[in-house]
Amino acid sequence: MAGELIVEKIENGTVIDHIPAGMGLKVLSILKVDAGSKVALLMNVASKRLGSKDIVKISEKKLDENEVNRIALVAPNATLNIIQNGTVVEKNEVHLPKSLYGVANCPNPKCITNNERVKTHFTQEKNSRFRCHYCEMLFDTSELSF
Amino acid sequence: MLRGKDIISIRDLEKSDIEFLLKRADEMNVALASGKRLDLLQGKIIATIFFEPSTRTKMSFQSAIKLLGGQNLNFSSIESSSMKKGENLADTLRMIDGYSSLLIIRHALEGSARYAAEICEHPVINAGDGGNQHPTQTLLDLFTINKMKGRIRGLNVSLVGDLKHARTMRSLLYGLAMFNANITLISPPGLEMSKKIVDEVRERFGANIMEHTTMDLSDADVAYICRIQKERFADPYEAEMAQRSFRVTKDVLKGVKDDLILLHPLPKVDEIAPEIDNTKYAKYFEQAKLGVPMRMALIAEVLGV
Repeated sequence: MAGELIVEKIENGTVIDHIPAGMGLKVLSILKVDAGSKVALLMNVASKRLGSKDIVKISEKKLDENEVNRIALVAPNATLNIIQNGTVVEKNEVHLPKSLYGVANCPNPKCITNNERVKTHFTQEKNSRFRCHYCEMLFDTSELSF
Repeated sequence: MLRGKDIISIRDLEKSDIEFLLKRADEMNVALASGKRLDLLQGKIIATIFFEPSTRTKMSFQSAIKLLGGQNLNFSSIESSSMKKGENLADTLRMIDGYSSLLIIRHALEGSARYAAEICEHPVINAGDGGNQHPTQTLLDLFTINKMKGRIRGLNVSLVGDLKHARTMRSLLYGLAMFNANITLISPPGLEMSKKIVDEVRERFGANIMEHTTMDLSDADVAYICRIQKERFADPYEAEMAQRSFRVTKDVLKGVKDDLILLHPLPKVDEIAPEIDNTKYAKYFEQAKLGVPMRMALIAEVLGV
């Protein structure tokens, strides 16, 4: 059909839906993708819930906890669909975790975690902000990097 | 109450912990005044590990250790240690942990004391970690105010100067709010306390906090002054102007309450005119002296003696 973009269904893998428009590339950069995996990134797709959204499809891939936590930081309303044999067998919404261990870098250059071999640790506080366990600075999720 | 605990941040302390420390510091102060010999730390070795320069904090800790009858192991510079050969911070701390019952650490990196506490078996006291926390300064500040005014609750306390960069002010704001003081933040435009910190303290304690950009101490019971960090300004002229408008002079003190007390964490440079040192308002040297009984109290409590 003219003007319609056809993306092949995946047999086995993960579809990450409801990513805020424009954040799909960021989500893709978070994922550790094997060389043989098929990846599709759909941007600015019409969405009833979000107006427009991005979608990422990856074949032969199940996300680990660290990846899910990072996705929750950039796309807090994302949905993870696990596909097996062409069927959705599991559907989960991501949630901002209470604590982040080794997930994000501390934006404070003077923090010990940026200067010694110390695993980062953040704890969630009000308004979805995260406090560094070490330097005690409070950050919005948009300030955290990976 | 605090036996075996690490003292890393004012956030880690409950109001009841601080009230207890204020009482114990007062007892230490009375004992010092009476010349009573205190041998609470007999046989104990306490390490002071200062990676950054310090006069008051380091010497008052060392003085507190000696007055309690303890021995002091002193690490004073990277140049004279195995860190010069490339040993990392963690290994250095683990070694010192093996030689002492308590570690008192100052380091430029923020979070260094928390990290030290995680890798050391013995308790750790934070003596300043970069721009983050300096909990023992806050404790001695609260002790000073409580001792000189008989209370903290309901006092009008003005925090004056470069509130953006001064770590003592952040911790003190937290401590004052915990004790329900009425707080006024006075700083030059651009050097205000971080909004995140002010909002957090308001939310957590329901604190009454006002913010001003001009120096007016007429309602203050306590004025806590800190230096304008001129090195943070791109334009030296702007820095000079900010310092001039925030300098405590005899003119600034006209019309203040008769029993106003002026405090300062020291070292002071030119934010308080020299003629103020001899006025009845100047209490900062007494404040520095009170660091000893407060640190004695803290060491004794952490070691459970």
